[in-house]
Amino acid sequence: MSDQGMDRRAFMGDLVAACLAAGGPVLLGMVRVAEAQGTASGEYDPTEHYYGIGIDVAKCIGCARCVAACKAENDVPMEPYYFNTWIERYILRTDGEVEVTSPNGGLDGFPPIEGEGQILRTFFVPKLCNHCANPPCVQVCPVGATFSTRDGVVLVDESYCIGCRYCIQACPYGARYMHPEKHVASKCTFCYHRLVKGLVPACVEVCPTSARVFGEVEKRATPLARFMRFNDIQVLKPNLNTRPKAYYANLDGEVR
Amino acid sequence: MQGYIYPNEYELQWSLLIVLYPYITGLVAGAFILASLERVFNVKEVQPTYRLALLTALAFLLVAPLPLQFHLGHPERSFEIFMTPNKRSAMAMFGFVYAWYLAVVLLLEIWFDFRRDFVRFARESHGLRRWFYYALTLGATDVSPRAIHFDESAGRWITIIGIPSAFLLHGYVGFIFGSVKANPWWSSVLMPVVFLFSATVSGIALVLVLYMLTTMGRWKKIDMVCLNKLAQFLFYALIVDFSLEALDFIHRLYEAEESITILSQMVESRLFVSLIVLQLLFGTLIPLTLLTLFSSGLRKGGFIRISPELKQLVFLVSAVLIQIGIFSIRWNVVIGGQLFSKSLRGLTVYKVQLLGLEGVGMTLALLALPFLILWVLVKIMPPWPDEPGESGPAPAEGAATA
Repeated sequence: MSDQGMDRRAFMGDLVAACLAAGGPVLLGMVRVAEAQGTASGEYDPTEHYYGIGIDVAKCIGCARCVAACKAENDVPMEPYYFNTWIERYILRTDGEVEVTSPNGGLDGFPPIEGEGQILRTFFVPKLCNHCANPPCVQVCPVGATFSTRDGVVLVDESYCIGCRYCIQACPYGARYMHPEKHVASKCTFCYHRLVKGLVPACVEVCPTSARVFGEVEKRATPLARFMRFNDIQVLKPNLNTRPKAYYANLDGEVR
Repeated sequence: MQGYIYPNEYELQWSLLIVLYPYITGLVAGAFILASLERVFNVKEVQPTYRLALLTALAFLLVAPLPLQFHLGHPERSFEIFMTPNKRSAMAMFGFVYAWYLAVVLLLEIWFDFRRDFVRFARESHGLRRWFYYALTLGATDVSPRAIHFDESAGRWITIIGIPSAFLLHGYVGFIFGSVKANPWWSSVLMPVVFLFSATVSGIALVLVLYMLTTMGRWKKIDMVCLNKLAQFLFYALIVDFSLEALDFIHRLYEAEESITILSQMVESRLFVSLIVLQLLFGTLIPLTLLTLFSSGLRKGGFIRISPELKQLVFLVSAVLIQIGIFSIRWNVVIGGQLFSKSLRGLTVYKVQLLGLEGVGMTLALLALPFLILWVLVKIMPPWPDEPGESGPAPAEGAATA
């Protein structure tokens, strides 16, 4: 009996361990929110943070909830030429052809793929401002209206931007646009208004597959740090030395 | 649209007005460099164009910032470039380079050169006109030989400072484009140098056209020694400009970086007319051939001898073609640099507006404005050396008509 009891206890122990392992993402999510919220208890101190974002290409299902959430959260114009974040669909054919599409940033879904037989691989790639550590957009702004915050976010001061569009030209990632009503350069802010309240960016919050992992770049025990430790990480256009802080896992070499 | 472009790239950021900006500053720098030929390098043959070149440079420089101003999303904030410039920004220096060139170089040089005329006009005229010219002298009415000598000496020194300044002005505009590493069509160390020499070409060509038209308009005889010299310098500048452009082109093709496929597609389709036809054929090869045959660039008097009247026509046609070519260069740089996606996977189109703040109408108006300003300047400060009775110094000895 006692042996049986021991077995049951061991079994229960294993069960708990298995539950913990399976619930990892859930727990990670809790940690993520809790970690961010911890900062909200007192005054927000930007010097205590340095933000980046991890993107797991293999997890993105192209639902573009992130795009919709971003547009709603940040008052991004609904026309299909203005995006803080968007989804690209890549179709790699067996003959080496690569087709990339992003109809309305992915908001309206993607058209059916034609010629199924010839497909080598397909995948979705979420894109957004890379919040570069060496941002060319900040370098070129003639009046300093676009700037890097201490916590590693590249922002635009709407009340100061003269609208010369040099930063849009300087961004290698197409992440900036001219706001049609405000007539200033506009872009992803990592939902800075949410960050200071201890919340994660809207796109991260709504992603159903946790393809986006937001957090601290330099701290060790954080979701982003774990993401970067356990994945092979690549950044976009590394040859330009912009030192992007959008870290991609499972990124194909065709993505630019 | 063809292939894939980033969603934010649907809208072209820099329009026709930004094509105008480097075109106009190029004319300024080029006209000044021509003026400096006479002043610093003692090319006496081009003396009849000296003052005209200076006034042309001033007229165009006054208009140069307007296309930028009209293009800004918030023009009322443009003054912030002076107040809080970002020292790391290439564009932030524009205001200072511009102010330096306008105030320290051009205005000063023109003032020193025309001061004795202002004094004379003030003394010869009456009423408002008299006071106007007195105001222009800024109170310096001494026209003793010593004072005149000082004027000339100061003018010469300003020109010596002015040459690197002119280089700075337009080389700097080239740097604004050449330093954008995100854009493989722009990012080139040659860009400022190419801009400089194309500026020199365009400035000489413009002054040549203006000199011919204004001389004919005043029913005077065109000084062929001067015209030949202008054509000769135009030929040299064009050779250097063409060589640099060719070097840039060959270098890109030979390196064949990641961007070469999309850039080749762009040149073959979107830029075919503006680059191959207008810039290369009409703007460079045809005038280069004409100038080789008829100017004194390679052989005194040219390889083919023709009558002065026909020669004038050939030079005029060459200079006008060159202007079209240089405008095409600016178009190909500014618009070309935005017709391909930075994803290097697609091409977009630029639809020119006809009306509106950034349309063809505004562009034509801004192109006409410098000529209007020049007309006013010429009325105030007649630059004609062949009318000593009315204004200006006596014609130089070398300026005798050929």
